[in-house]
Amino acid sequence: MQRCSPLQGPALPLIVPGLVSGLPHTQPRPTTVFSIMIEFKRLWHYFTRYIDNFLLAGLFLLMLVGLVVLYSASGGNFGRVSGQILNMVVALIIMWLVANIPLQQIMRLALPLYIVGIILLIGVAFFGEIQNGARRWLNLGITRIQPSEMLKIAVPLMMAWYFDKTEITLRLRDYAGAALILLLPVLLIARQPDLGTALLITASGFYVLYFAGLSWRVMAGLLVTAGGILPLFWSFAMHDYQRRRVLTMLDPSQDPLGAGYHIIQSSIAIGSGGVAGKGWQNGTQSQLDFLPEQSTDFIFAVFSEEFGLIGNGLLLLLYLVIIGRCLIITANAPTQFTRLVAGSITLTFFTYVFVNMGMVSGILPVVGIPLPLISYGGTSLVTMLLGFGILMSIQTHPKLVKT
Amino acid sequence: MNYVVELRNHLLELRDFHIRLAITAGFVMLLFCLLLTRFFYLQVLRSEHYTTLAEANRISIMPIVPNRGLIFDRNGEILAQNHTTYALEIIPNQVPNLESTLDELATVIEISPEDRRRFNKLRRESTRFSSLPIRMRLSDVEVASFAANRYRFPGMEIKARLLRHYPHAELLSHVIGYIGRISDKDLEQLENNNALENYRGSLHIGRIGIEQSYEKELHGITGFEQVETDAAGRHVRTLSRTPPVAGNDLTLSLDLKLQQAAESAFGDYRGALVAMDPRNGEILAFVSKPGFDPNLFIDGIDHVNWRLLNESIDKPLNNRALRGVYPPGSTFKPFMALAGLELGKRTADYSINDPGYFSLPGSSHRFRDWRPNGHGRVNLHKSLVISCDTYYYTLANDLGINNIFNFIGQFGFGRKTEIDIPGEVTGLLPSSDWKKKRFNQNWFPGDTISVGIGQGYNLATPVQLTFATMLLANNGIAYRPHFVKQIQDNKVGHLHENKPSQMYTLKLKKENVARVRNALVDVTRPGGTAAKAGANADYTFAGKTGTSQVINIKQGERYVASKIQERHRDHALFIAYAPAEDPQIALTVLVENGGSGGSTAAPIAREVLDYFLLGKTPEPMLAEKANNRAH
Repeated sequence: MQRCSPLQGPALPLIVPGLVSGLPHTQPRPTTVFSIMIEFKRLWHYFTRYIDNFLLAGLFLLMLVGLVVLYSASGGNFGRVSGQILNMVVALIIMWLVANIPLQQIMRLALPLYIVGIILLIGVAFFGEIQNGARRWLNLGITRIQPSEMLKIAVPLMMAWYFDKTEITLRLRDYAGAALILLLPVLLIARQPDLGTALLITASGFYVLYFAGLSWRVMAGLLVTAGGILPLFWSFAMHDYQRRRVLTMLDPSQDPLGAGYHIIQSSIAIGSGGVAGKGWQNGTQSQLDFLPEQSTDFIFAVFSEEFGLIGNGLLLLLYLVIIGRCLIITANAPTQFTRLVAGSITLTFFTYVFVNMGMVSGILPVVGIPLPLISYGGTSLVTMLLGFGILMSIQTHPKLVKT
Repeated sequence: MNYVVELRNHLLELRDFHIRLAITAGFVMLLFCLLLTRFFYLQVLRSEHYTTLAEANRISIMPIVPNRGLIFDRNGEILAQNHTTYALEIIPNQVPNLESTLDELATVIEISPEDRRRFNKLRRESTRFSSLPIRMRLSDVEVASFAANRYRFPGMEIKARLLRHYPHAELLSHVIGYIGRISDKDLEQLENNNALENYRGSLHIGRIGIEQSYEKELHGITGFEQVETDAAGRHVRTLSRTPPVAGNDLTLSLDLKLQQAAESAFGDYRGALVAMDPRNGEILAFVSKPGFDPNLFIDGIDHVNWRLLNESIDKPLNNRALRGVYPPGSTFKPFMALAGLELGKRTADYSINDPGYFSLPGSSHRFRDWRPNGHGRVNLHKSLVISCDTYYYTLANDLGINNIFNFIGQFGFGRKTEIDIPGEVTGLLPSSDWKKKRFNQNWFPGDTISVGIGQGYNLATPVQLTFATMLLANNGIAYRPHFVKQIQDNKVGHLHENKPSQMYTLKLKKENVARVRNALVDVTRPGGTAAKAGANADYTFAGKTGTSQVINIKQGERYVASKIQERHRDHALFIAYAPAEDPQIALTVLVENGGSGGSTAAPIAREVLDYFLLGKTPEPMLAEKANNRAH
């Protein structure tokens, strides 16, 4: 699917020559209102030539919903909303920049990005700042960064690059190599500890393996092994608070004021919303602060309380449309690298949505995973839109004949 | 190893990829359907349940504590009132580190170690209350400085509260009593009485005196407010409100001025005085000296003051008028005399020769008269006027203990008078049955003799003596002694008279009563034991002196007041009523370690009567007033 860019389209006059470097010069014409409009249109086309409009529209709609809910969840605090708008602008710019990078460039970035990420993770392990009992942040003097966030993109890129480079028919040892690429950062992150991120990265890496054609038999074997390891993991590798979270998910009433409080209150919020919801800014659970983390991880409960089952259905539909678009992009991706990357990003996005909603509605344990594009917070927004930027780049850049 | 390196078949891979992509799409749909099912379950099937829970989260019922009823004296003088004060309250659950927060708080307003101790005690005792006061009676400056620093202290609040105040402090402590914080024990009791609901939010309950016995009237009806609260328990808005009904106001029969007169007439003496209207049983004055400041008890007394009160040798917490039991001594004689006449053991003219002692036939033990050489010939009239002991030794012997018990019991000795404040004791009027039960011993004739002069096993409270005196003064009508004259019902808004209730009437021969009463008038006249106290009175008043022994004097020894430690001296007693022909007041005066009734107790009664009947203010009270004016 090729898009018209000013480079290929009919040459239109430009009033200010040299405004955008690289634009072809034509004969100057007299300035009219009409010609200004045409100029703007031309410019607009130039800037958005690597943007997937359909996807962008979906993302905009989602972010708009997010702002509306955030306004209610923060008790009518416009400061929070404008902060989130700023986050969105920054994330959109990053998305635009990434979308403009051609695929070969992105591919070339895979290895260095991964290596830098691993180095930073090792740095965290040795020099990281401890916060809430976990070592996740690295202070670079100028700013503090959380390298695990960057690995969310770097790991699938690296794995896809690895598979793309392999010329011969993929054998089990190739998958094992890819699994090593995955395991190294996951282990580093798991011991921070940041189980949520570790699991998400494992998932995104697993999606690459899956799309690269890992045999069903091996996957079934992995599933059985995982089932066998789980009890050992439970008793040796998990922290008390993590175990408690799982137990609480199974029976929230065990600890109604402690760990169970979150789930009980969010279930009450969702359930009391009913079919039609209580109306925007009328959710008692959220407005009276019974809901914890209501503008971040539990924002879906706010939405659900105020907009009810109908709102939930529409929101799921919106997510489904976006995921559907991403799957189409994935299906049309020109190279193995892009296919694997696009597939992994799409499924990771879905994983976020499902895990968050599942956790808030009480069918999954409480893990600190935000609802994409709706929860307040800049980091996940940037990561998320960066992924969509890659998808857009895959969709809009000229497909090189490689297949 | 040798195997052929196979190049990748990209077309095959692409097909496989597309299949996997389709499976993925199905998987996504499936999981979204799972979510949707969950939402359907929560929002449709269990919606009602969760709506109820959400409402329960949001709405709380806040009690509105009613204003406690006021207490007035018979002339409308206020005796117990409610003051608005500001208290700083803490919700301990919302303060993470209480100790360090209190340290920080102490930099803003003064928190004494005593405040902390009391606060911790409250926390232990009142588990029911979320909010507890750390400081009471904040000054305006303290309120302002806390308000300015409020943001630093979540979970703390300034609350305006009505605080009970007793303006007359010690003067009425034993009558009014006080209110104290509701303890877990009180809660149990309230629950048993099904009154717990009405005490939601109430902090105090009547402890002793009128405050306790009229708790039901004074408390009022708790109102309720439906409020929307947030997760932190903060009040967001009021949804509905049922106003409280203030407690009923009580008007006592007590006369504050008379009470003050009586109190001051005691001077430095300890003792008790109970004055009653013999025409209806209204208590006019009720003194138990020393008293204590009931205001100290309202929010828990601090241990310094508690030790001062509890360990004081003067026992200020002891309600002497209601609970102090004393041998009635010679004040018992008028009732003995009446028993003699009514039961036909004595006539007015019958006389004995008093050698100064009495011995039972065949016994050498001498029951001595207070006057060593006796009074010579003594008839009934004289026996009362000069308080002859020997006359009553013989009379007691002639009557026998069970006749005494049955007849004199009718005057309220040995049983409760049913006065309307709690804690009354029965005293003791002995009988042979009682002795059998108490000591498993037979009653000996010798035991009866000292009962005749109000000693021996005999014990009575000043309230009981006053009750008996009332029966003499009104020729035998037993009114229930009571403090509360009127109740202003604040619910329906009308005034309810507490009508005197006749418990029973004694069937006494008029002439017999008249004989005794005539003799009692002569007690206060020249020649009587209270002649000095009765001198120059502008009204006739009847009385009987009494002296009750604190220690036993051995056979052959004499009681010499100056040789005995002050605390071991006899208690002085005096019962009286006036005017003798148409009694308006009957009273008992008890002066602890006061010596003889005629010299210490009777003059106090005279001052009280002078004030009551003539409006004459007692000397010490005048001096005090002058003193106050000079300041």
